[in-house]
Amino acid sequence: MKLKLALPKGWLQGSTSELLDRIGFGLDDYHEKSRSYRPLSEKYPDLFTKVFHEKDIAIQVALGNYDLGICGLDWVDELLSKYPSDAVLKIKNLGYGSGNVYVAASKFSNITIDDLKAGSDIVRITTEYPNLAEAYALKQRFRRFMVLPVLGAAEVYPPENAELAIIAETSKDELYARGLVPLDAIGITNAFLIANRDSMEKLDLSGVLGPLLKENIAEIKLARPSKKAAATTWGLLAKGTVRLALPDGHQQKHTIRLLERAGIEMNGYLQGEPDCRPEIGIDGTVVKVIRPQDMPLQVANANFDLAITGRDWLLDHLYKFPSSPVEELLDLGYGKVRILLVVHNDVPVNSLVDLKETMKSGKLAKIRVASEYINIADKYARDNHLAPYRIVPTWGASESFLPEDADLLIENAETGATLAKNNLKIIDTLMESTACVIGNKNTAAGKDKIAQVLDILKRGF
Amino acid sequence: MKIPRCKGTRDLLPADMALFRHIERIFMDSCIKWGYKEVRTPTLEYLHLFTSAGTLTPEMLGRVYSFLDWDGWSGERVVLRPDGTIPIARLYGECLSEGSLAKLCYIENLFAFEGTGQESRERWECGAELIGDTGINGDVELIMLALEVLKKLCVSGVEVRLSHAGLIRGLLDEVGSSELLQKLIDGKKDAVNELKGVNKELAKKLSLIFGVTGKGKGYLDNLRAIFPNLSAAFDDLVKVTELLDGAGCNYKLHLASGLGFEYYTGTVFQLYCREAKLGGGGRYDELIPLVGDGPTPASGFALYVGHIMDLMEPAEIVDISAGKILIKPASDDVDVLKRFYELSTRLRDIGYVVEIELCSQDEAGYDWIISGGKEFDVIEKSGDKEYEGLSVDEVLQRLEAAR
Repeated sequence: MKLKLALPKGWLQGSTSELLDRIGFGLDDYHEKSRSYRPLSEKYPDLFTKVFHEKDIAIQVALGNYDLGICGLDWVDELLSKYPSDAVLKIKNLGYGSGNVYVAASKFSNITIDDLKAGSDIVRITTEYPNLAEAYALKQRFRRFMVLPVLGAAEVYPPENAELAIIAETSKDELYARGLVPLDAIGITNAFLIANRDSMEKLDLSGVLGPLLKENIAEIKLARPSKKAAATTWGLLAKGTVRLALPDGHQQKHTIRLLERAGIEMNGYLQGEPDCRPEIGIDGTVVKVIRPQDMPLQVANANFDLAITGRDWLLDHLYKFPSSPVEELLDLGYGKVRILLVVHNDVPVNSLVDLKETMKSGKLAKIRVASEYINIADKYARDNHLAPYRIVPTWGASESFLPEDADLLIENAETGATLAKNNLKIIDTLMESTACVIGNKNTAAGKDKIAQVLDILKRGF
Repeated sequence: MKIPRCKGTRDLLPADMALFRHIERIFMDSCIKWGYKEVRTPTLEYLHLFTSAGTLTPEMLGRVYSFLDWDGWSGERVVLRPDGTIPIARLYGECLSEGSLAKLCYIENLFAFEGTGQESRERWECGAELIGDTGINGDVELIMLALEVLKKLCVSGVEVRLSHAGLIRGLLDEVGSSELLQKLIDGKKDAVNELKGVNKELAKKLSLIFGVTGKGKGYLDNLRAIFPNLSAAFDDLVKVTELLDGAGCNYKLHLASGLGFEYYTGTVFQLYCREAKLGGGGRYDELIPLVGDGPTPASGFALYVGHIMDLMEPAEIVDISAGKILIKPASDDVDVLKRFYELSTRLRDIGYVVEIELCSQDEAGYDWIISGGKEFDVIEKSGDKEYEGLSVDEVLQRLEAAR
């Protein structure tokens, strides 16, 4: 039987590949920039390796899908703080990726944890670590709190949209540089070798474990993926000000094109890494740059009046919260993707009907549906009676889950070329999605003002 | 494919439900006769009802079933009710705080994660809460009521373990470390050992007070001599024990039994039978202000239905029906069935359990078998007697006489 090792993609990828090279794993395609999901080892032909987002590795090892894994300890703690389990063993600090998970506030808010504990106001916490955040809030005995999970850019939210952000950073100085003040540290981010307890007890892992345990790496500080500096705040906003959220990441270039065509002047968004709060040439409008996936929740919570996101993320939000006040105000038409149901090419199923028949015949007893769109996937499986099913949330690199770690994938694609390259086939199209402007039905900004901003954006069509 | 029940939960089968309903009936009957009125709170509550300092400990909050509701985009979570008393405190503040005294009782299910497999993740409790300025007499009334319920349920050998939250807090005030204090309040086994490393003298005193049990004023006076600054709590306990002595109640002073809950402020009591914990309660004068209402003293208790059921046998339930009858219509003819429906309704009215045979049924377990078409044939199983060709009135006459 092959031993299974889960490896990280992203910021730990380069150092992990260096470590594995040093002990002679001879992985054929795993280095800082590689995009292969299943690198093969020359030295250990019986070793099966797969590349995941770090957050998935702790989960995969806990489930027993992988015997060993390498990921930041922060993601192990994030899992175990909500689901205490002895299934994951922390074997060794590998010496790179050092840093802390900080509880931080904006330098402009001038608050302490004791202030928050003593107060009766709701404490809003934005974070990529919702389980750690909840455990922290309970431990601190905040009387009332809200954890607002985000997929990134948590540092952008305080002070206007959150009292606290729980974020990973290499040092306090980095936090200060981003306009944040560390109030507490609740974990470390160092790369760790972890193992599944059952595998440790029952399998001989020594061939792989031995070299990994022998090799010592001096502690290396890696630069974390860049975060935005919050040098300013919105300050006191005049009544009726429109708060607009613009996307970072892949959607940024499309949005820049729209803004340029509409003749909207901007400072701090149109070139390179965007500012946290770029300036926009529309009177009475302020801007923050956040992840498009996080926008519907933020608009629902009245942190923003308008946001440019994708309809896919809006629907994912509405499927979870059907009475949410968020609505689509303007279809921007660009960034078209299809949301698809996908299986591995080896699965003898070519349509949803085939899939249902195969399930009925008992050949596919339990369906695991991997997706970044947790709520769209859940609704699709529920509406199509694919029971019993289990949703496997993913945080990127979703294609890699098929066929070993999931049976179905619900994923977006522009052309489908990436899916085909990963030996996957499309068996159903759930919907088409384009970029759109969303708003809150109960917005505090005036309807006329919202209409005015939308009219200006329409010039970009 | 058989779908099993959810992990950590329990099905209640007919024999279990008979016990369950029996406990419910006895509890509710007793409460009503003591002047309590039944209420029911929702299964879903806001998490922040329970996160307010002084309600549930972080350890207990770490095991609640919490989730975002369908309209929970704000990030505020709701929980499946993990505790019975706190929602009652909320209900009182929201709906009933006008009156001077509220005597409330409830039968509700509570939810908390349980990983050992020894307990269900859904527990049922019969609870009573006495809200108002009742003083020690209220605490004693609750103990008496709980004991009366257990007595009526024929649970013998019940021991009341008494403690006092003020006493525990007074002792733990000296601990210093908030983390260790929390462990002690949670009743963690190794906490006193851990304290030895920090404050040996205090650890020694705590071992003494938590490790030794006793009874009566003499024992309390001994403890008072060791902890002279906690006189008020000892005064409470002396009065409670005097009242319990007067009522002939079997109790023991067991101060460690007050650990584990955070909202208690005064007398705390636990009810045990052969080391099975059947329930407990106490005074919680600061809880209602914490969940939003003005200063209102209160105390209450809950009995754990599952633990009580484990001690009882189904035979302990007295069947109050007049007897069981199986009715076997000779045909599906509408007129025949109408006559049988009429007969069965009238038999139920006079106290019989009447079943109409829907498919072939085993006749064992029935006291009477009634068959026929236009007329009725009656078999009395206990005396092996048979009566043929009876009218509806004749059947009723005969069975009424046999009740």
